[in-house]
Amino acid sequence: MMNDPRSQGQGTRAQQYPALELMTSGHLACPGCGAAIAMRLALKALGDDTVAVIPACCWAVIPGPFPYTNLKIPLLHTAFETTGAAVSGVRAALDIQGKTETTVMGWAGDGGTFDIGLQSLSAAAERNENVIYVCYDNEAYMNTGIQRSSATPLYAWTTTTPTDYPKMVPKKPIDEIIASHKVPYAATTSSGYPHDLMAKFAKARTIKGFRFIHVLCSCTAGWKIASEESIGVMRLAVESRLFPMYEVFDGERLVISIEPKGVPVKEYLKRQGRFRHLKDEQIAEIQRRTDHNWERLKKRALE
Amino acid sequence: MSVTEVLMGNHATSHGVRLSRAEVISAYPITPQTQVVEELSEMCADGRLKARFIKVESEHSAMACLIGASQAGARCFTATSAQGLALMHELLFWAAYARLPIVLTDVNRAMAPGWSIWSDQTDSLAQRDTGWIQLYCETNQEVLDTTIMAFKLAEEVNLPVMVVYDAFILSHTYEPVEIPDQKDVDQFLPARKAKFVLDTKNPMTFSALTGPENYMEFRFIMEEAHREVVDAYRSITKDYSKRFKRSYDIVESYHAEDAEIVIVTSGSMTSTARVAVDRLREKGESVGLLKCKMFRPFPVQAVREAIANVDGRIVVKKLAVLDRDISHGSGGIWAQEIRSALCGQPRIPDVHSFLVGLGGRDITVDTIMECYETAKAKERPDDSPVWVGLKR
Repeated sequence: MMNDPRSQGQGTRAQQYPALELMTSGHLACPGCGAAIAMRLALKALGDDTVAVIPACCWAVIPGPFPYTNLKIPLLHTAFETTGAAVSGVRAALDIQGKTETTVMGWAGDGGTFDIGLQSLSAAAERNENVIYVCYDNEAYMNTGIQRSSATPLYAWTTTTPTDYPKMVPKKPIDEIIASHKVPYAATTSSGYPHDLMAKFAKARTIKGFRFIHVLCSCTAGWKIASEESIGVMRLAVESRLFPMYEVFDGERLVISIEPKGVPVKEYLKRQGRFRHLKDEQIAEIQRRTDHNWERLKKRALE
Repeated sequence: MSVTEVLMGNHATSHGVRLSRAEVISAYPITPQTQVVEELSEMCADGRLKARFIKVESEHSAMACLIGASQAGARCFTATSAQGLALMHELLFWAAYARLPIVLTDVNRAMAPGWSIWSDQTDSLAQRDTGWIQLYCETNQEVLDTTIMAFKLAEEVNLPVMVVYDAFILSHTYEPVEIPDQKDVDQFLPARKAKFVLDTKNPMTFSALTGPENYMEFRFIMEEAHREVVDAYRSITKDYSKRFKRSYDIVESYHAEDAEIVIVTSGSMTSTARVAVDRLREKGESVGLLKCKMFRPFPVQAVREAIANVDGRIVVKKLAVLDRDISHGSGGIWAQEIRSALCGQPRIPDVHSFLVGLGGRDITVDTIMECYETAKAKERPDDSPVWVGLKR
């Protein structure tokens, strides 16, 4: 539990944030956007010898339109489904030039990772490309106006899963899928836990080979929450065990990063407009599945 | 010292890429292109070529990989055919619009269905609007030479280049090919010097969101670059011919200067057409041949000049344009382009359009004779193309 902020004193740790700012103000993200927070923190941990590759997603817009940018690192925008391939190409070119220590980071949304980009992601993982692949997951196609993705949770409302017929299948288990490729490092984290997030990026920076970091990021518009609720809701996702934070090394050893309090999922769901239509039995079903998944994860951690 | 070896077209490409010192190669297997990258894998493995070869899971990823690598400053190559090229379509635009000097070999193969691995130019011609330069080849020697020149051209004008040749007729057929010496190629084609690259010492953002206030200017600037291609290519092939004693103009006239009927070809059917023209001229026919090498940018001026004689007078009365391709609902693609190039000129020759050899059907001397005789006999061109050798 070394990354658990509660065990280390949030207040004192706050002063230990690296002062380095590689993301400037003036970005185009919504107030309270978890994805904007994630990038700022990730770059603090990775440092300026980092090249970012970003496909179509909210982050294709957040840095600002040509000729502006809010990132002080090289940034390559690329097509929606290509992150895994494009980072491989950047890596190869930098290696040829002897820049083997430069970090190459793919930064894709859940649509670009769970759905359209899964093929090139899987291929890059299989080749064990020496890159960090980040999925900032806000659980739907938020940039195009909140359409369901395969990262959208069970029963959630989106503009393509209306409340009368919400999403009837659970979120795709992307972390298991990627960890099953036996990559050196796969981790889940959240913009609601800055220390955990930065620690995982800092750790990933030191590991060679394919590294996958799945960051849960709130979307105030898509989750239908107030901007000041953003951090609290993201923390409840973890505390309710709906989004456990853990690391998997070489696809084998699983370490849970934060022991959740196990608050009822209802506490998380009722804070968000996208779940407001849920019936009691649907909440119970989500609780049942969450408990089951948590027990399963704990067993995996003991293996 | 150069050496002459008997090479299949695909291996001529591999040697061209090796001599060009490509740094990142990314490819996916597809017949009839496969041997290009098989041989390059060998070359990378045994150290003859110091490149990173990324074996991707699709052609789409092959191009995406090279977009990343090229933007980071590497000299990049891939090869594909038909369905593979079609799968890349989205990223062909991306590579060109990002102004990346990637070189791609397309071994022409018919589009499915029905499944076909045989020669047909529809695959590459269908990519005409993606912004790539396209160069077609007649022989395996031309394949090797064009590959080397393609890197030079791409890096000079910051546009990607597609080197194109026919499935099996060239790809798998062995011909003697002179392989230049590495030192000579190094002098002709020094290492790539990219001006704007992904570099953490000098961070820049590439291919960002572009609003209506800037997008049109990007298109204009790229079109300006395309307008420089003809001159750039001509000076490159001139330099190449000085060093290696071989040159290939964007269009080549073969007895076309004084001919009443000119046959227009591209790719390997040109060699067959040369024989047909010789035989017809022996019989006293007033016939010539125009071989088109460059398809994009379409060399409008060169085509116009090629069918005008030295005085600027046009004696050509008819063109017989042979298309091993079809744009359904319209016709032969080369014929469309030729018509468009001539439109508005004084005294335009009639353009007779022929569809030949689709899906790899043989184009023989007799096929070309038939096109000639048909064009000669017709008072006016048909509204739609003539299908040659069609079973009814």
